[in-house]
Formats: sequence, C-alpha cells, structure tokens
Amino acid sequence: MNTVVADITYRAMLGRKRIWLLVLLPVALVVLAALLRLINGHDEQTAVTLMKSFAIGTMLPLLGLIAGTGVVAPEIEDGTIIHLLSKPISRPVIAVTKFVVAASLVAVFAAVSTYAAAYLLTGSESGVATGFTLGALFGGIAYAAVFLLLGVLTRHAVAVGVIYALVWEGVVGGYVPGARKFSIQQWAQSLADQVSSSPFFSSEVTLGFAVPAMVIVTVGAVVWTGQRLRSLSLTGDE
Amino acid sequence: MTTTSPPVTTRQGVLELAQVSRWYGNVVAVNDVTMTIGPGVTGLLGPNGAGKSTLLHMMAGFLAPSSGTATLDGRQIWHNHDIYRQIGLVPEKEAVYGFLTGWQFVLSSARLHGLPSPAEAAKRALDLVEMTDASGRRVETYSKGMRQRVKVAAALVHDPQVLLLDEPFNGMDPRQRLHLMDLVRRMGEEGRTILFSSHILEEVERVAHHIEVLVAGRHAASGDYREIRRRMANRPHLFRVRSSDDRRLAAALIADPASSAVTLTEQGVEVQVTDYARFTALLPRMARDLAVHLWQVSPTDEDLESVFSYLISGSTR
Repeated sequence: MNTVVADITYRAMLGRKRIWLLVLLPVALVVLAALLRLINGHDEQTAVTLMKSFAIGTMLPLLGLIAGTGVVAPEIEDGTIIHLLSKPISRPVIAVTKFVVAASLVAVFAAVSTYAAAYLLTGSESGVATGFTLGALFGGIAYAAVFLLLGVLTRHAVAVGVIYALVWEGVVGGYVPGARKFSIQQWAQSLADQVSSSPFFSSEVTLGFAVPAMVIVTVGAVVWTGQRLRSLSLTGDE
Repeated sequence: MTTTSPPVTTRQGVLELAQVSRWYGNVVAVNDVTMTIGPGVTGLLGPNGAGKSTLLHMMAGFLAPSSGTATLDGRQIWHNHDIYRQIGLVPEKEAVYGFLTGWQFVLSSARLHGLPSPAEAAKRALDLVEMTDASGRRVETYSKGMRQRVKVAAALVHDPQVLLLDEPFNGMDPRQRLHLMDLVRRMGEEGRTILFSSHILEEVERVAHHIEVLVAGRHAASGDYREIRRRMANRPHLFRVRSSDDRRLAAALIADPASSAVTLTEQGVEVQVTDYARFTALLPRMARDLAVHLWQVSPTDEDLESVFSYLISGSTR
C-alpha cells in the first residue's frame, strides 16, 4: 500500500465528474426504495426483490466496473501511469493500492446505499438490511478486484466489463443453474442469506463454496494485476 | 539564473544495449542495435518511425527487448523497479495528471521516490525549470511547453544520474526550447548521462556532444556532430540546374570529376554530384566561362529521409 498512489487515485476518482457515476446508481436505489415504501408501505418481499435484482444484481457489478476499471484503465490509456511506474516502487504494491482504492469506493457507495434502501423498506426485520449490506460489501470487493484486473488486461476494459456484468452475471448467472456457482452476484447473495432469515429469500450457493471462491477470485485477481503491471509495456506512437 | 545541484562525479550511469532487437509480430521496430551511452549528452537522431521511442522505452524499462540485453551499469533494466532510483524519464506523451497542480505533481514524484525532504526537492526541481511561479496552477491549464517543463522537473526531482527524454523539445516555443537546451547541456557537463531523441539534426547538434543515428530500426551512424555532418555533406547529392543552354552546360559538367552522372531532362540538367565542395565552386565559374546564364540551381534530395537513407546505406557497406 502506497499512500501517494492512493492519494492520486482517490483524487482522480472523486475530484472529477467520475464521482457522479459512482453516486448515480446508489441514489437511484435509495430513491426507488423510498418510492416503493410510499406506494407499498412496509413490504419485506418487495425489499428482497429490490435487493436481489437491483442492489446486488445491477448496481453492484456496475459500481465494481466503474471503480475497478476507473482506478487504472484511464491512466494506462493516457500514459499517466508512467508517473507511478517509473518510480522505485514494486508494481504489486501499486496493484494492491489501486485495489484498496477501488474496493473502498465500491464498499462505501454500494454498502451504504444498500443498507439505507433495505432499511427504508423493512427496517431491521428478518436481517434483510444487514444481510444484503454484508453481501454488497464483500461482493463489491470481489467485483473491484476482477474489474481492476480487466483494466490492466485489455484496453477495452469497460466494454468487456459491461458484457461480463450484464451477460454472465445478469443472464447466465441468473438463469443457468450450473453457472450460478461461478457468479459473484450469487456469492454475495449467499452471504446475505446467512444473516437474513427472510422467508422470501434463499440462496442456491452454499456459504462453504461462496466464501473460499470470493477469497480466491479477489486475491488471484489482485496478484495477477500486479504481475501484469510488472510487464506493462509501452509501444510508443511510432 | 538558477543553478543545478553539485557536480555528479563519482557516479557511473552507463547504459548499454547489446544486440537489442524488438519486434511486434512480423514488424521489426529495432534491429540488432548495440550501443553504449555514457556520461554527457547524447542525441538519438532519426526520422519519425525509426524506432527511437521503442529504443528509449527499452532503456527506460518500459519494454522488454525481444532479443539482446539492455543494462544500466551492468544491471538488467527490464523488471527492475530499483533502477528508477538512478533513472529519470520524460515521456513524449503528455503523461501528466491534469487535475494536480504543478507543485502537487512534482511533490508526488518526490514522495514516490521516498526522498527525505520531498518538499525541498520539489521546490529545487521546479526552480530548475523556472516553473515556480506557475506551480500553484493546475497542470491542465498549462501550455504544452509548461507541461513539458513540469515533466522534466518531476523526472529530475530525485537528482538521477541518467535522464531519458523522448522528443523533449516538441511543442516548445523558442525561448523555452533554448532554456531547456541550456539546462540539458549543463546537466550533461555535470557528469549525468543524458539521452534525448529527436528527428531534427540542428536540435541535436546544438545540445549533444555525441549523436547516435537510428534509421528504420537500425543503428545507422555514431559519432560527434561534426562526424555526422561530414558524412551527410560527403554523400552524393542530386542537383537540378536550369540554364540558358542546358546541353552545353551538361557537356562541360560530365567532363569534370565533381559529377558522376549528368542527365538532360525537360526540366533542366540533373547532376549527380560526388564532390560537393568542388561542384559548388565549379558551377558558377563554368557558367561564366561558357557564357551560360544559370536560372536555377536546386538540390533535389535534401529532405531528411534521403539524408538518413544515405547514412544507413553507408553504414552497411
């Protein structure tokens, strides 16, 4: 962890227009929850549906994509990454720092809004708010790592990330039973299910699989990012 | 006038490329280059697309040679982040965080180097490039020349013994250019190893005591600027001459050893000149003696590409 790298990265993410991308979806989630509360009143089933489909199913991968790719891909694209890489700092340290920034942003924006939205709809009933907040927190961290890796693997990180988030996580993970085991979204739901006792919600992936899978994917992605940064090449404009 | 830090006398800073090649798929960007860059200012000269940036990136540890080795004082450069304690890099791309002020940018460089007094080092580096007054402004408000100078300050902040600059004078106004040239010269005199790339011979010969010429990825020539100039002047030149009596002039020219071939065309006489000095002295005298009026004497192959092509063909003979 390098504080100067973290400082520059936080400034790049929060000091510019990009912050609105991070704020937009969480605000939409809370506003939606407030509207549903006004229309339906206190409704646990609505809360669970909103958390599953919007908070964990849509907002979380997109926030992961914005933060994970945002902390590194633009710098590679415009060459500013040279400022960090031409210093006597090991590249894995830079990778870990970038990951911490991305993960902290996703965790804060996703977890806070998830808790606020679920609490608006159910209060603290059946542990729905706490459970999904936990799921959003750790799911967000895993997404940040995966999209960070994508940011150093390809110059089309956002396009590939959108396809991954929407097609794999959204469609395949949602509808193909076998693929569900390999979906961060499902792992996040598994965590939520451990805390929540809601009758409207049960996860299909066991905690025994979800937790190790999350750890392996997160650690693996960060280590791989460090290795890719070690071998990052500049091709020049010639 | 600001001064640079005390002379660097005990450090080495010798960059060595040994049979270095770099290819991308089937395209060879750098082909079997061997060169040693020692203390002082060296200019890496070559036309656009010659592979200068590729070579600099390999020396800066941002590109692995496909074959051969690139070392600094005997130490491998690729995959060695410790090498940046000795190297300062000024990339050609405008690799500067626009949202930081000049001061924040240079200070971040000092802190990333882990210097004991980063603020002091940043102030010294900004003074050196005369950017202290503008250092409170965001980099995105700077002109191209100012960005270039702030990049130089960030690269110099840790007082490196090797400084690599990729086309550093591009986009600078004449005053800024002269100032940076002066700075580069002084740092070279202090014993630092400085390598900068350029496609402009005049630029290189004003600053560099040694020139390495790269053409089409190959090491075409090496020497001080007088040597390179001499080789360029000695190459065969092609002149087009228009006169009041082309045929008569052509007959006289072919009889003299200053030219190796003379062709009569509709546009005039084309003369392949082998002895440049003799030809330029001979032509007006010959015209006067023959009572022929010279209307136009123009070199037809003075563009940089043909000069470089000659250098590379000469180096492979």
